[in-house]
Amino acid sequence: MDAAFVIETIIKILIVLGLFSALAGFGTYVERKVLAFMQRRLGPMHVGPYGLLQVLADGIKLFTKEDFIPQGAVRPIFMIAPVITAATAFIAMAAIPMFPEFTIGGYTVKPIISDINVGLLFVLGVMATGLYGPLLAGMASQNKWSILGAARTAIQFLSYEVVTGLSVLAPVMIVGSLSLIDFNNYQAGGVSEWLVWKQPIAFILFLIAGFAETNRTPFDLLEHEAEVISGYATEYSGMRWGMFFIGEYANMFTLGFLASLIFLGGFNDLWFIPGAIAILMKVFFIFFFFLWTRASWPHVRPDQLMWLCWKVLMPLAVINVVITGIVMMF
Amino acid sequence: MSGLEQFKDRNVSQNYYKVKIDPYPKTGWEKFKRVLKRSIKLELFVGLKITLLEMIRFNIHTVQYPKEKLPIGPRYRAVHKLLRLLESGTERCIGCGLCEKICIANCIRIDTKVDEHGRKIPTEYTINFGRCIFCGYCAEVCPELAIVHGPDYENASEQRAHFALKEDMLTPLDKLKRQQEYPGFGAPTPVADQRIKKTPLAY
Repeated sequence: MDAAFVIETIIKILIVLGLFSALAGFGTYVERKVLAFMQRRLGPMHVGPYGLLQVLADGIKLFTKEDFIPQGAVRPIFMIAPVITAATAFIAMAAIPMFPEFTIGGYTVKPIISDINVGLLFVLGVMATGLYGPLLAGMASQNKWSILGAARTAIQFLSYEVVTGLSVLAPVMIVGSLSLIDFNNYQAGGVSEWLVWKQPIAFILFLIAGFAETNRTPFDLLEHEAEVISGYATEYSGMRWGMFFIGEYANMFTLGFLASLIFLGGFNDLWFIPGAIAILMKVFFIFFFFLWTRASWPHVRPDQLMWLCWKVLMPLAVINVVITGIVMMF
Repeated sequence: MSGLEQFKDRNVSQNYYKVKIDPYPKTGWEKFKRVLKRSIKLELFVGLKITLLEMIRFNIHTVQYPKEKLPIGPRYRAVHKLLRLLESGTERCIGCGLCEKICIANCIRIDTKVDEHGRKIPTEYTINFGRCIFCGYCAEVCPELAIVHGPDYENASEQRAHFALKEDMLTPLDKLKRQQEYPGFGAPTPVADQRIKKTPLAY
């Protein structure tokens, strides 16, 4: 292992960490603006031009808030739970190729931290480990709402993990690899080669499960204010709560990258648009879709969520896998 | 309706209409059919369309409050004002004490004296805003249009007594030019001249 590789990797890690932490902050601004416009409001307007510095104000507020730990809480677990959420969200990005390869001064840079051959499995696995953040946070908080939130975390994340895995299985069968770069190269032939045309059901299932896994609105049961105050995050304040938030937004971006790489042609050039910009457009569209649904749809009850998962989505995913297998066999 | 007229309309619409509700499915097969129907009709995307259209139309209804303010109705009853005579600048109040008498919250206190011109003037005029219910009777009863309800509805202050003293309510002499005649509470209506009748002294 030569020094250049180590330095390159460290720089990539720092860029991913810094960029996505900043994007998480900016994501909150975009979310508030988009939601406001869809509800005929203006959103944040007072801090900076068009409220652009609201992110900064929020950051100052989060950093300077008292880091409060309830008396009955299990201190070490309570303190480490948000770190788990944020860390898993960022670790999952290690195996995601963000952009096409490019060259700086004769040195070819691969914009992926670690090109492992089971990339997809790694990403999904680490994202699934993120379950422990909310779960441990809720259980360590000594709070009834938190424990309800933690229970919902367990059922929701575990159930939808099944749907995510099964829905991705069919594209994996077609491509024959778990590396996300292979997925990308498989769809190199243009829009008609995108896997979404071959696997539309898998794409929809993956997106629905993604909403559940990132705890977004139709399925935001973990911290739904009207029912469980703030769910697992009820007792959290300051930067610990902020880490949950950063983790959630980082997960949204991870999911955006995954969906674009697996189904929407990844970072291949799109007509005249270069690949790097194409994938950014796809990711931001998916991010916008997250916000769009939040403005449009009400959220479901926990029993409806379970019904949807086990009685609708999972059978559909299994049928999809079986049909894909039969088609591939003949 | 335009301008302030819309605020006066208290006639709430009575045009109710019945929403057609399909009977709830009873058997499992009927439930399945309903799910299928709703999924295939893509009802979820109707909601998405509505929010997206609202975003594109950009028909924003926000009033950025400290910078922009909505007009208040002419009959709005905010903190009181004591007005002056426009020509001479002397106070309109003649110290008759009717407002003090009629006040049902018993919050007005008035002290009067006879000044050097032989005119009765109030030396002190205070309103206890902790008790005032802003009913408007004082403005209604005032024969000289001296006490009226002003337009200042921003009542944040360190002490509520800040609005209540005579010097707070009375129009300052240097701002006499900007004193407004309020068309609202207690003022004569625009058609008052036609409506007025002779005092029936005949009997």
